[in-house]
Amino acid sequence: MAKSEAVQPHYPLEGRLGGSAFVSVSPGEPASRLALRARPEALASLSKALGVKLPEKPKTSTRATAVKAKGRRAAWIGPDEWLVIDENGADLLAACDGVDGVFSAVDVSNRNTAIIVSGAGAEATISAGCPQNLSMDVFPVGACSRTLLGKTEIILLREAEDVFRVEVWRSFSAYAFAFLADSGRSPMM
Amino acid sequence: MSGANRIAGAGRLTPAKTVRFTFDGEIYTALEGDTLASALVANGVHLMGRSFKYHRARGVLGAGAEEPNALMGIERDRARRQPNVRATVQEVFEGMKATSQNRWPSLAFDIGAVNNLMSPFFAAGFYYKTFMWPKAAWQKLYEPIIRGAAGLGVSPDEADTDHYASRYVHCDVLVIGGGVCGLSAALAAAKSGASVVICDEQAQMGGALAYENGVTLYDEAGFDWAGKTAAELAGMDNVRVLTRTTAFGYYVQNFVALSERVTDHLAEPDADLPRERLWQVRAKRVIIATGAIERHMVFANNDRPGIMLSSAARTFLNHYGVAVGTKVGVYTANDSAYETAFDLKRVGVSVEAIVDCRDNPGEGKLSTAADLGITVKTGHSVTNTKGARRITAMVVERNGGGGAKTIAVDALIMSAGWTPSVHMFSQSRGKVAWDADTQRFLPGDYAQDCVSIGACNGTEDLQASVDEAIAAGEFAAKAVGGKRAANLKIAASGGGGWSGGVAGSADGAGPDTTVKAFVDFQNDVTAKDIRLAVREGMHSIEHVKRFTTNGMASDQGKTSNIHGLAIAADALSREMPAVGLTTFRPPYTPVTFGSIVNHGRGQLFDPTRKTPMHGWAEEHGAVFEDVSQWKRAWYFPRIGEDMHAAVNRECKTVREAAGVFDASTLGKIEVVGPDAAAFLDLMYTNGWGKLKPGRCKYGIMLREDGFIYDDGVVARIAEDRFHVTTTTGGAPRVLHHMEDYLQTEFPHLDVWLTSTSEQWAVIAVQGPKAREIIEPLVEDIDLSNEAMPHMSALEGKICGVPTRLFRVSFTGEAGYEVNVPADFGRAVWEAIWERAEPLGACAYGTETMHVLRAEKGFIIVGQDTDGTVTPQDAGLSWAIAKSKPDYVGIRGLMRPDLVADDRKQLVGLKTKDANTVLEEGAQVVADPNQPIPMKMLGHVTSSYWSENCGRSIAMALVAGGRAKMGETLYVPMPDRTIEVEVTGTVFFDEKGERVNG
Repeated sequence: MAKSEAVQPHYPLEGRLGGSAFVSVSPGEPASRLALRARPEALASLSKALGVKLPEKPKTSTRATAVKAKGRRAAWIGPDEWLVIDENGADLLAACDGVDGVFSAVDVSNRNTAIIVSGAGAEATISAGCPQNLSMDVFPVGACSRTLLGKTEIILLREAEDVFRVEVWRSFSAYAFAFLADSGRSPMM
Repeated sequence: MSGANRIAGAGRLTPAKTVRFTFDGEIYTALEGDTLASALVANGVHLMGRSFKYHRARGVLGAGAEEPNALMGIERDRARRQPNVRATVQEVFEGMKATSQNRWPSLAFDIGAVNNLMSPFFAAGFYYKTFMWPKAAWQKLYEPIIRGAAGLGVSPDEADTDHYASRYVHCDVLVIGGGVCGLSAALAAAKSGASVVICDEQAQMGGALAYENGVTLYDEAGFDWAGKTAAELAGMDNVRVLTRTTAFGYYVQNFVALSERVTDHLAEPDADLPRERLWQVRAKRVIIATGAIERHMVFANNDRPGIMLSSAARTFLNHYGVAVGTKVGVYTANDSAYETAFDLKRVGVSVEAIVDCRDNPGEGKLSTAADLGITVKTGHSVTNTKGARRITAMVVERNGGGGAKTIAVDALIMSAGWTPSVHMFSQSRGKVAWDADTQRFLPGDYAQDCVSIGACNGTEDLQASVDEAIAAGEFAAKAVGGKRAANLKIAASGGGGWSGGVAGSADGAGPDTTVKAFVDFQNDVTAKDIRLAVREGMHSIEHVKRFTTNGMASDQGKTSNIHGLAIAADALSREMPAVGLTTFRPPYTPVTFGSIVNHGRGQLFDPTRKTPMHGWAEEHGAVFEDVSQWKRAWYFPRIGEDMHAAVNRECKTVREAAGVFDASTLGKIEVVGPDAAAFLDLMYTNGWGKLKPGRCKYGIMLREDGFIYDDGVVARIAEDRFHVTTTTGGAPRVLHHMEDYLQTEFPHLDVWLTSTSEQWAVIAVQGPKAREIIEPLVEDIDLSNEAMPHMSALEGKICGVPTRLFRVSFTGEAGYEVNVPADFGRAVWEAIWERAEPLGACAYGTETMHVLRAEKGFIIVGQDTDGTVTPQDAGLSWAIAKSKPDYVGIRGLMRPDLVADDRKQLVGLKTKDANTVLEEGAQVVADPNQPIPMKMLGHVTSSYWSENCGRSIAMALVAGGRAKMGETLYVPMPDRTIEVEVTGTVFFDEKGERVNG
């Protein structure tokens, strides 16, 4: 093998599909991810560098508006913590290089994997294992939260009324997927 | 025909819709909507079970959740067999198999019934006293017999094939109970704009309206109104209506658990439907509308089949269209039973007599009875009954005795009054209050945002109850921000009250008698037993309960608690509240394990974590071991190899050629920020300031008390970025430990911690040929000893993929740990393997890793340490920075006890016979000839056969061990005593030259 020829990746949930007439449970596309921690003074410059405004309101997320950052979003996870996701696999760590201010940017692209839960029964399917209130008035489109699904931690993002993105650590993804497939058999809507 | 006792035109079931089921092998026909109890009574079957202790013949007592007697086994198939199902709750479905319990060989002829004859010997407290002596007989004789007799029903012996579901739901208002009050409250709250969940344990909403046919709402029959209202609610977007759903637990902050029986009533349930669904509801407000439960009369032989609560008889008639007998007797202490008698008489059932222990029944009762031609005996009591498997007669006497008359009956209905269902209120930690006027416990002080309405709140009149319900619904909606007004007014009329009646034993079962007047049917507790408990010195109801087991059966004393309390209070000559009321605890009714566990079975019992290379290891025959939730490759046996042979080969191969090992499970934490080094200085005993980017260091982390908490290699990636590794099992707690200190002790530091355990797959390549294996695959990193010596970490590429390449060694060999993004773990592993295999290397597992590190004396935290071992004890003083002013554990390490010379220290042990492998955990002593207990010096922490050393090796924690080098100690085992020599902990390559390869 020539040194420059990169080997092929293997994704954790490759080939899986779950759900029922009410809900579809499927692996998300590969994406790049950044675990971002920052002092308030660094937010403006980081937002600019990343092309997406880092939300300051708890449990909300923002999407990039700039064309160059399309498919990128930032989710508020904690008072000084964000998860930035780029569906086009951009190098988010490099984007933060040289930004002024005190912050920590760590590449976690491969730590997490995504499960997309969609359909009329999506909310009910997740509510089988997630104790949070996921109704639209409390957890609207764009809402996000680090929470629980059964016995595992997840980050939950609502992408549309009936589409959720479940971000879960790689080795817990088989469990999370199986849980959603099981609760999706007959979600009580 | 769906039973000889079905009354044409009565009830709400459809005569044409029949289903067939079996009870103890006999085939019966029922109607769709029947419960097992109503179907059996319709078919003239009253003998439904045997009591727990005396094996007395028992029939159905109630028609709902309170049932203590009619418990049965329900079976779909061998795997789906449920014991102790209440026949009054279980709906009949086509093909259902029901079996009676606690009888042998048959329900009608039961050998255990001999206990009834022996009952003088089985008084309360019998078990506590009788089996005290002789002591030796307990284990071999008494306990096995008692265990054999204990328990009701037979559990299934195959895995349950049903599945169970769970659902969290949040709402503004949860209404528990779907009777007239619950429905009214739900409607009011919903119309006010609140999100509402209403649940009821019955198949249909309506509660008492199922039997109470004298009630009208808006000029509509009560039960019809209930059906329409339930439908109206179900049609509203902000309401969820749950039938067959029991609220069984009320926890803090209005968290209420409900169990929904989804398929138990279906003949052929959809395979995707769960059998039960656990609802975990978080409600801003809870409205408790749980009604009241009727009490039985406590008199001699009040437990024969055919004797039941008046509300049950009325439910069987008015809802199921079933007459409970053809010649019915009535025994009552309040007015409720009259209504049942009137309803029965009106459909043509003979009512032999109403026996009323009161002198003056309620207004109008006597005249209605006279109009219907029913004899009423006021001031009389039923003092005994006759009949073997069903009641045949009741003995009626004047209160105080005299004028005994035996009246033939085939059913006897009774009512001592109603007990408000304060279970949910009490579970919410509300305090019940004694209402002296009505002699009832009612909701007193509330502990949570909930309210009780209607009968469970002691409200008498129907219109008053409905008004109270609407007000509660509107108030709850307003309290959670509802803006609309419900503008709801429901005109209600009819229905009886809930107060009145008696508690305690009836005439003829008083303190001067020895009759069996049952208080608690399921546990066979009689009035006499409760008096005995008081005589034996039990003066608190909590003690009486435990001595007699009153209220401790699966029905939790729904019919018996108040009677028991009244009898105890009477025996103590005190008021009931002075004796106390036992605490109500969840669950309200029994809940299946399936419902509680719900999705958490099989692969969902617990997450099983697998590394990116797991599939490769599986394909290459790895045997796995569980390390916390991880599956780790333990060893890779070749054909014909056992574990021992495989590990010996792997150990040899690593030191002679090389080995490849999956170290992905190592915990990894990225420590980033300008104060990263300062923070690590505080968390580890070592100093980090001088570590250069690209280099790494072995670090020890202590707890505040100075004992070793974790260890691992830490690499400095950049000035402000460290890559910390932890033990596999320690990853989550080490991150929490560090985060805890960062947030509470060192919040001034600009540094953050991010778990990267799963970002990186880690491939350890160890052995003399390690560099040769990876060199052609690596780009941008100079692997020479000069550029990349032992304990360095550089970034570059491997197989075209970014890597953090560590030159570290847990084997004592020259070696690398290749960190690559997890998606590429398997591909890079395969590329490395493709080079490694032809060079004579092997894949090795955790067992070989353990042996190799022990050969070098490297500790494993948690194996060679146990939370009481300091760095000095473990021989790691070199890893403590002497010049640092502070770090976690520094003060702990100064404690006199932690610097004492005779502490247990980690040393090596060599057995005198090189082939003997010590047992880990074995004790070490100086003199094996001492009498037991010997003075123990310590214990073996690690012990292996070392193929590389050609002998066994071991490490041990031994008191003052380092001063005992060369001495002989002993390891006493059950069959022999093993001689060992105390040595250093390094057994292989003592000078440590091989790492520099």
